[in-house]
Amino acid sequence: MRWLLVKDFQILRRSPLLVALLIGYPIVLALMVGFALSSPPGKPKVAFLTEVPRGQGRIHFGSQNIDISSYAKDLFASISPIIVHSQAEAVADVRSGRALAAVIVPADIPQEIQSLVTTGVGSPTVQVILNTNDPVERQFADQAIQSRLNDVQQAVSKQVLRVAVADLQQVLGGGTIQFLGENFRLLGLRSSRALVQRAITELPASSPLRSSLGQVVGFADLAIQGLGFASPVLGSIGSPLTVEQTQLAGRTTPTATYAATISVIFSLMLVTMLLAAGMLALEREEHAFARLVRGLVSPGALLAEKVVLAGGCAAAAALVMAAGVSSFVSLEWSRFPLWVLALLLAGIAFGALGVAIGGLAREVRAASLLAFMLSLPVAFVALVPTGAVSGTLKSVLDTVAFVFPFKPALDAANNAFSGTAPGIAWPLVHLAVLAAVFGALARAAVRRLA
Amino acid sequence: MPATAATRPATLTARSVTKRFGDRTALNGVSFEIHSGELVAIIGPNGAGKTTLLSILAGIQAPSSGEVSTPAGKVGWVPQQPAIYSKLSVAENLRLFARLEKLPDPEAAVEKMLALTELGARAGDEVGRLSGGNQQRVNVAVGLLCEPAALLLDEPSAALDPRQRERLWSFIGPTGLGGRGTTVAYSTHDVLEAERYADRVLVLADGELVFAGTPAELEHAVGGNMRDFEVAFVRFLDERGH
Repeated sequence: MRWLLVKDFQILRRSPLLVALLIGYPIVLALMVGFALSSPPGKPKVAFLTEVPRGQGRIHFGSQNIDISSYAKDLFASISPIIVHSQAEAVADVRSGRALAAVIVPADIPQEIQSLVTTGVGSPTVQVILNTNDPVERQFADQAIQSRLNDVQQAVSKQVLRVAVADLQQVLGGGTIQFLGENFRLLGLRSSRALVQRAITELPASSPLRSSLGQVVGFADLAIQGLGFASPVLGSIGSPLTVEQTQLAGRTTPTATYAATISVIFSLMLVTMLLAAGMLALEREEHAFARLVRGLVSPGALLAEKVVLAGGCAAAAALVMAAGVSSFVSLEWSRFPLWVLALLLAGIAFGALGVAIGGLAREVRAASLLAFMLSLPVAFVALVPTGAVSGTLKSVLDTVAFVFPFKPALDAANNAFSGTAPGIAWPLVHLAVLAAVFGALARAAVRRLA
Repeated sequence: MPATAATRPATLTARSVTKRFGDRTALNGVSFEIHSGELVAIIGPNGAGKTTLLSILAGIQAPSSGEVSTPAGKVGWVPQQPAIYSKLSVAENLRLFARLEKLPDPEAAVEKMLALTELGARAGDEVGRLSGGNQQRVNVAVGLLCEPAALLLDEPSAALDPRQRERLWSFIGPTGLGGRGTTVAYSTHDVLEAERYADRVLVLADGELVFAGTPAELEHAVGGNMRDFEVAFVRFLDERGH
């Protein structure tokens, strides 16, 4: 037993790549998960414009004023506001990517809220401007802003309710109010009813006023009962704000279509990388590599053959998958030539990455394991939406996503399947550049194979 | 060396070939000529540089310094381990390499090699299912597909039993390729195999060429009264401090 253990450790010590994978991979994954959990959700940068003139953000309700502009701090708790001074500036910030979204509070919002809470008529509307065609990012930004707006309107309506209930209690029970610096005593409905009731009992039985004052007491009874139910009715002013959303990025992909696209590209990545890495490593395992490259084929041609084989097969499989998926989600068949182009170029880029891995690993099993292990985090980092993690971590993840083909492949396929902005040209160029870079790395790596 | 071989033009030439791997010198200033139609065995202890020398002659590795010249036509290369595809059949392997060699008639070349290796009956069998000896025959056949002027073999009989070795040498030895004018250079640990089949032997030790001549000349160099060639070879190395 002991000697078997010693032997196995000796073998592991002489397999540095395998050991690096076995030890390094869980550490890297643990660090990623740890960072994701410990890093507070990032505050999305949001351009904020209030068109309400300074000092005008008050509504009058009952005996009190409510400063609704003070509730903006609730909104700022979960966003990083970029204060702008015009709609054009807000739109420019969103369009340039400086801000993920813009929130515009129109000048008439105090009046609209005032009208809503006093007359029940009014539609205070906050405008939200987004500029992302990534459905995950769009959903994330949308949810972040919407939930903060909900908090704001809940705080406003709670305050309105508190004031309304206090005023009602004074109407019912009486009390003291301040007006123009003077204290005034309010009688209240209950006290008024008691006063009238006492006056009725002191009137002669034949007095014609008895009947009239009896009607006043009846009215007071009804009012007391009715206003007693008014507090819960006021609580129904729960959602005074309406959010009007504008999408600058043009048509965006429906979430279901985006999910289908992710699954197609993930499958394409796995198949291509496993096939390319495995088939190149097989040349070494069969000892054929040296024989091939000593004049029969150039190393570049051999690598190209593996890339074309893996990329072509996987692209064909991905096309079949996309065709099947189109029965359930909406994919635009009129753009089929772009499907082929996007999946083929994605396959070539993943194939180039695969042969680079195959060149590094000496055995088919090690190459396959390495390709598989690399695929998962590559997809993960490309799918983290802006604002879900802190800004620094997001920058690191974006850099990692940029140097692997998953993100541009997803963007290209997303556009090919749905025709959504911002177009397919840049992702295709990005894929072509990555294919060239990984091809060059593979070329350097296979020198070791010979 | 037969008298006629020395008068033939040199097919393979090495001039001051040195190969370094980091700090280690695998070959140090090795020079020799191998003439057309010669059968030359490269022998030496483990780590002497035999495989490195053959791989430089085959063009797989470049020397750190010095130069080699090989015939204008192709040089056949047979690595120690079969460099063929185990999932392909014998005929499929031969056909693949015949096509990669851009032979004018790949099918004829396949038939010829199947006949030469006497593997016609196993043509459809996957190589992975063949014995080690038969795999090595396919390996040699692939090296011969282009009808090379020179054939380089790295320990071709290492994994073979005596009968398979006999068959291999009848195929590439003086009665086979060697007799048909193909220059053959092979490395081997079996010095008796070198004595039996080679016109000349090159003895490498610690990366240096310490002897080039016929087996009889090597025996003569250590007194000439040895029990057999293997004893003479070991004595030769001992006397020179290897």
